[in-house]
Amino acid sequence: AALKDGLRSQVSAALKEGRVTPTELCQRCLALIKSTKFLNAYITVAEETALKQAEESEERYKRGQPLGILDGIPIAVKDNFNTAGIETTCASNMLKGYISPYNATVVQKLLDRGSVLLGKTNLDEFAMGSGSTDGVFGPVRNPWSYSKQYKEKSVPKSPSEDEESNWVITGGSSGGSAAAVSSFTCFAALGSDTGGSTRNPAAHCGVVGLKPTYGLISRHGLIPLVNSMDVPGILTRCVDDAAVLLGSLAGHDPKDSTTIQDDFQPFELPNLTDVSKLSIGIPKEYHAPGLSSEILALWSKAADLFKNAGAKVVEVSLPHTRYSIVCYHVLCTAEVASNMARFDGLEYGHRSDVRDSTESMYAATRREGFNDVVRGRILSGNYFLLKQNYEKYFVKAQKVRRLIANDFVKVFRSGVDVLLTPTTLSDAAPYMEFIQEDNRTRSAQDDILTQAANMAGLPAINVPTALSERGLPVGLQFIGRSFQEKQLLTVAKWFEKQVQFPVIQLEEVKRHDNGVFQHQKSASFS
Amino acid sequence: QKVSVEVLDHLEHLALVDFRDLEGVERLQKAIQFADQLHEVNTDGVEPMDSVLEDRCLYLREDDVTEGNCTKQLLENAREKVEEYFVAPPGNIPLPKLEEREAFLQGS
Repeated sequence: AALKDGLRSQVSAALKEGRVTPTELCQRCLALIKSTKFLNAYITVAEETALKQAEESEERYKRGQPLGILDGIPIAVKDNFNTAGIETTCASNMLKGYISPYNATVVQKLLDRGSVLLGKTNLDEFAMGSGSTDGVFGPVRNPWSYSKQYKEKSVPKSPSEDEESNWVITGGSSGGSAAAVSSFTCFAALGSDTGGSTRNPAAHCGVVGLKPTYGLISRHGLIPLVNSMDVPGILTRCVDDAAVLLGSLAGHDPKDSTTIQDDFQPFELPNLTDVSKLSIGIPKEYHAPGLSSEILALWSKAADLFKNAGAKVVEVSLPHTRYSIVCYHVLCTAEVASNMARFDGLEYGHRSDVRDSTESMYAATRREGFNDVVRGRILSGNYFLLKQNYEKYFVKAQKVRRLIANDFVKVFRSGVDVLLTPTTLSDAAPYMEFIQEDNRTRSAQDDILTQAANMAGLPAINVPTALSERGLPVGLQFIGRSFQEKQLLTVAKWFEKQVQFPVIQLEEVKRHDNGVFQHQKSASFS
Repeated sequence: QKVSVEVLDHLEHLALVDFRDLEGVERLQKAIQFADQLHEVNTDGVEPMDSVLEDRCLYLREDDVTEGNCTKQLLENAREKVEEYFVAPPGNIPLPKLEEREAFLQGS
């Protein structure tokens, strides 16, 4: 089976019929991870345990008793999820060497269904960032930097400039997970999404990135950034696969009291053919300053696509959109200040050698363990939480949050089913260019289109749409109603089918794939 | 309005994290400036929002012990321990005052 296959359509069937075995699949993925090491997508590769899991899966297939569609499927997990017996670092010195004593609920669920955990993926330190460039293990490289599509379009500015300096970022903070899925080293990966951290890298790496409704999937075991906004994110190569993962992960968890108690029914996505009953909203404020003309054109084309297919396409307004990033900035830093307080060196993680007093040990540990970005957010957060600032900043931001959430409620109440917006302002920037600005500035710029969905707790998904003029992926975002993932994904799947996003052409993958290449499908948008 | 050295020092004590250099202080200044945009929004009569799930009842389970007994496992990740205790340096010793510290803020 080609590594490029979707779960449902081909790989699962192939495993069931014995055309490929879980151990073969696992070994191929591990080999590909090794040969794509330069991407720096993985922090830890759990080779031994993965092979063991694959063997166990194989036994189940032999007995004709696979656990389900995910049995034997190689997956990767962002390194801010706890994984028992495997190092969990959050790409920080603070947790280097920390071996989790337990599995996050989402990890446990995947393992219970027979998934093969290949390893932990790279991220920005403690998921703070929009480039996956600020972790202690170095930046993640976008696999598309090495694609035929990008190389064809890039003209070296000088004779000395080579491929090495030309590579582009993955976006973040779940860049490692996005790169892993994009480069075929796994079939699906877990990310996290607080301000766009799953959808942003999904857009830049040309993969599907789903942010579920807040409260649908358990956060137990996900090292928290902003408790009121964090969600586990799902990264896959097609919308159907995202639905499969969602089906396995969603549902009440007694260990996370912020998960809703409603019964969750996993679903298969219908093949929508008639969109005439659909109402698509185009929020005008998402035509944000800095939006590239390319993406604007793509967005417009997408709206036309729906219109021509019979759907009702209306312009809507979310008036408080432009304050969402400021609001996020205050709420995020405030919650971060609180959440990062647990890292004091006493029970786990890095501990400084300073021993004059408890406080000085804590201070030294945190000085040594956190990078500038994390420390900056902690200090800002503490500022906003000072007694003299609490009303002015923190409570004010909470009020603005309500206004932002209400904007969405009003729009959905007016009859709109799903919103269509761009996911990012432009295609992926070259690393050398990206690091010219500091983390906070970048995050403020890059999160602008994704952040509001986290404010309001709504489900949102990035669907890879077309290649930019530079040969890099561009995605569009759909935002749905609370807990209406089925409708959201159905629309996303229809759109995915219309645009036929091209398959990445990577030399490394060519060498590993024994199957015949899929015929190249050009995106109908370019 | 620049943040006073007293407040900066206070923040370092609260956060137990240091500004380290001028860049660190600048970062805070810019963050405050950025956040000040919030005041352009009229929030009269608007209630603060703690959680998007505010209309639902939080799940409360029965107050029964369902797991635990993992002392050994939990101690494995601690660097300094004695028997079943995490060992901390002596407490109740405040961090030195700004004048006595070798803090960057001294030079401010």
